[in-house]
Amino acid sequence: MKLIRVHALSTFIAMLIALYAIFIFAPTERTMGFIGEVQRIFYFHVSSNWTTFLATFFVFLCSILFLLKERREWDIRAATAAELGALFGTIGLITGILWAKPVWGIWWTWEARLTSFFLLWLILLGYQMLRRVVDSPAQRAKLSAVFGILAAVDTPIVYMANRWWRTQHPAPVIAGGAGSGLDARMALTLCITLAAFTLLYFYLWRMRCELERAGDVIETLQRQLQTQGMEVR
Amino acid sequence: MNFLNQVGAILWKDILTEYRTKDVLTSMLIFGLLVILMFHFAFEPDSLEAEKFGPGLLWMTFIFAGILGMNRAFAGERENDSLQGLMLAPVDWGAIYLGKMLANLVFMLLAESIILFCFALFFNFSLLPRWGWMVAITLLGTLGFASVGTILAAVSMNTRMSDVILPILLLPIALPVVIGAVESTAAILTDPPGESLTFWVRFLVVFDVIFITLPLLLFDFVLEE
Repeated sequence: MKLIRVHALSTFIAMLIALYAIFIFAPTERTMGFIGEVQRIFYFHVSSNWTTFLATFFVFLCSILFLLKERREWDIRAATAAELGALFGTIGLITGILWAKPVWGIWWTWEARLTSFFLLWLILLGYQMLRRVVDSPAQRAKLSAVFGILAAVDTPIVYMANRWWRTQHPAPVIAGGAGSGLDARMALTLCITLAAFTLLYFYLWRMRCELERAGDVIETLQRQLQTQGMEVR
Repeated sequence: MNFLNQVGAILWKDILTEYRTKDVLTSMLIFGLLVILMFHFAFEPDSLEAEKFGPGLLWMTFIFAGILGMNRAFAGERENDSLQGLMLAPVDWGAIYLGKMLANLVFMLLAESIILFCFALFFNFSLLPRWGWMVAITLLGTLGFASVGTILAAVSMNTRMSDVILPILLLPIALPVVIGAVESTAAILTDPPGESLTFWVRFLVVFDVIFITLPLLLFDFVLEE
């Protein structure tokens, strides 16, 4: 069996196990009363956010590698990682908002983690914007790599600035998150979900890179046909 | 020509161009004053409120006026096809970055000093007792903004909608400057100055060091075709 098939299959199985663990295996959160079931969003939320950070890290890494080696492959990897980061970031934001309302009583609070995650999401969207408005592929790769590096260095600084900023201001009232004192079964469920999402991320990343490479091949073929005077639709 | 002379020559060229046209400074100034006017109508602040929102608004004005200036930093070179000449000149490309950055810094500081004066006048701020701190904070904050702004202006110069794309790229990256500068400005408005003052000033210094070094390393890639 080809490696990608194995990867696909293991992602699928891991996702099924994660779903089972989240909805059946993990105990219902008790301190939240009748809304305890809501806590199950938490597993999706943490996993998508983790995946976003992972993707951002890869944008950073692949951008540096691209500038050093100038190989299209690293540009493809950085660009697709940023896309997936934006996708999982959107899932993370939405699940976070859905979770916050019943648990904290508010949709949103300008807490350090939330604020910097929101900013990271906006940066990832900005990165997509930048790629769309540069016409030359070579220049697009270089410019987005430069922006990717600047953004990746900036994000932790924003996070720290936010934390320090909070310590100088009255802290928002937040109930101790579900992270405090996790039940063993909950912790296991979280680990499984994290693993499943990581597998999913790498699977999507591979497929997305493959798609981009295929696009490159088609473009070259089209150009070859055009130089031979054939009409390309 | 050594590196510093190269930086100086590019800075001088930009200042001379600006002195002859006065495009950037005038637009930044008028825009800044308009923001102050809008602030008045949007919030109708009394003196207490003005003190509370003042530092934030002051820096918002600086930042938005600054973006106007940044947009022009490379646009002129593009329109006159002089960027090619600049790149062919026997200078280190790092010197082009530093010269451009310092020119942006000078223009922003000039506009800011007048905006600051009007701001203090209109909203009855007295910054005089701590003008030394105010100068230091403005210098550090603007330096950080100009250093990130210059490289991102160079990035967006190569795009199809450069003036739209610049704020989208620049504002998130410059956010730490806004936090640091607003917090330290707020700290000098109270009497005695807030304890957080030295902390945020140091924070600005660290940001400036990182975001002058990093663009210097990356600028060559932006100019390469």
